[in-house]
Amino acid sequence: MALDATARGPLRPPLSRRLAERGVDWTLLLLLPALVFAVGLFVYPMLYGLRLSLDPVEGSAFANYRRFFSDSFFRDTIWFTVRLAVPALLINVLLALPLAYRMRYAARGRRLVTIILIFPLTLGSVLLGKGLLNFLSGTGWLNRALISLGIVDVPVQFTHNYWGVLIAVVLADFPFVFLLLLSYASGIDPAYERAAAVFGASAWQRFRLITLPLLAPGLAITASLAFVLGFGVFPSAILLGQPDGATRTMGVAAYSEAFQQFDFPMATTIALLMAAIELIVIVLVLALRARLAPTVTSGIKG
Amino acid sequence: MTVDVTPSSTRPPGVRWRLVGSPTRWLTYGVLVFFLTMLAGTVGSVVLSSFATRWFATWTPESYTTKWYGQSWEEFDLTSVLIVTAEVAIAVVLISLLIAVPAAYALARRDFPGKRLVMVLFLLPVVVPTITYGVPLAILFYDLHLALTLPGVVLINLVPAVPFAILILVPFVEQIDVSLEKAARVFGAGQLRIFARIVFPLLVPGIVAVSVLLLVRTLALFDLTFFVAGPEQTTLVVKLFAAVSGAGFRVDQSVDAMAVIYMSANVALLAVALKFINPSRLVSAG
Repeated sequence: MALDATARGPLRPPLSRRLAERGVDWTLLLLLPALVFAVGLFVYPMLYGLRLSLDPVEGSAFANYRRFFSDSFFRDTIWFTVRLAVPALLINVLLALPLAYRMRYAARGRRLVTIILIFPLTLGSVLLGKGLLNFLSGTGWLNRALISLGIVDVPVQFTHNYWGVLIAVVLADFPFVFLLLLSYASGIDPAYERAAAVFGASAWQRFRLITLPLLAPGLAITASLAFVLGFGVFPSAILLGQPDGATRTMGVAAYSEAFQQFDFPMATTIALLMAAIELIVIVLVLALRARLAPTVTSGIKG
Repeated sequence: MTVDVTPSSTRPPGVRWRLVGSPTRWLTYGVLVFFLTMLAGTVGSVVLSSFATRWFATWTPESYTTKWYGQSWEEFDLTSVLIVTAEVAIAVVLISLLIAVPAAYALARRDFPGKRLVMVLFLLPVVVPTITYGVPLAILFYDLHLALTLPGVVLINLVPAVPFAILILVPFVEQIDVSLEKAARVFGAGQLRIFARIVFPLLVPGIVAVSVLLLVRTLALFDLTFFVAGPEQTTLVVKLFAAVSGAGFRVDQSVDAMAVIYMSANVALLAVALKFINPSRLVSAG
């Protein structure tokens, strides 16, 4: 590895010293186990999956992909996943943005709110799913509250359908979206807003003309990550939804093809299409972000 | 795509709030209150139900008992499940550290061609939901006869854990002043000695933080373990999922009791984690 010449430290020693310092080679070797690991257990399995998907149980190489797009049983899983991921992401961004904007420079309360929001993140979707089954059930607290308040007369069916899963995804991903937006929002230099305030901009104008454009790249990244997160909905789609009906998401379909039908080629086909959609969304948003106005943020590495 | 990875986040000086409550302000805080109510209802109904003798069609149970915990412990064989969970979690933490600490050091200290690509390689398994790559990975594990074994479960849990540990550790290494290492080198210390006597001791807070975070994440990591674990390698979260999805012929309260046990372990670890790390750091991987 002839990397000595390109090594740039914060303190750049003279060339002779740099060449003498064999530490560069040695240091980069430290990366080797992690690289071998990532290639062996992340890149290779995906390539293995790709090869497997092109080797269908019956038919020619692309038979699985053709089957996926021609059979509504498979094709619809894209729609079932998108119609969970997109509304969940929109709801969460719309709810979290004003809150993050409010709290962006708040020192007090911020840590407490962060800790409270971290809590559901660490619980994981299996536990949230179990809790929601109790909370949203026909005799659960939510339906009791709705009936007591006179909003509905008979219990609303929230579980084992689309709505249960949507609620689960919103609840599980809200902290992520909020905390991410908060970190982007608090990275914006308050001097810009102060300057605008000095020149008489109202709170709405400051938000609309200063903060929002500066926040746009962070917002784009948050939205794409939230989409990907919602796209990967799995345990809650089984626990709270109809895994063989309205909430047969791509994740559920890939799982069921692999471990219930034992059609490994079809399972990896679905998984790879899922990965492709997620990657396309991430890349598109990153490309879009690059075209947005360059931002002046402090402390945030995009 | 980095999420507040600076070990100590410097906050810009506060822009003052107006203390007058505007409608928009109440609306924004209403969102928070609504979210917290939903969360409290979700968690609270599990906790309350686990202590209820029976609970049906009332706001709160008629009477309370702790018998479900004993029953749940036996019914779900929680002793062996917890032993497996602990074994997997501890193995994941130790092996992750072994691989991640050197890698984080190299990434923090060196700039080299292809570094961005390497970072993307480490970022992807953390950002992308595990279900995306979990299915091909698990099928490969079955192919290699790694599935249904404890080493296999540990190995598959390492896939998101190692990159996560690297990403968390890099800023901790960056924080260590390079001049300390240079000084040690001037006085004749070899690279290994520098690592053992300078870098490692200064990195201990980062290592502790990462260890606790990995424990929390491994405890909650469902999909990957679920795909490759047999009955002998079932971890707590997989057992919980099986009990919930197979409910109907089971007493709901004993499942709730297991959920509370799982939650207690999680909360205890989270409390420890928060002692060592800026809470916003936990977000970076959902």
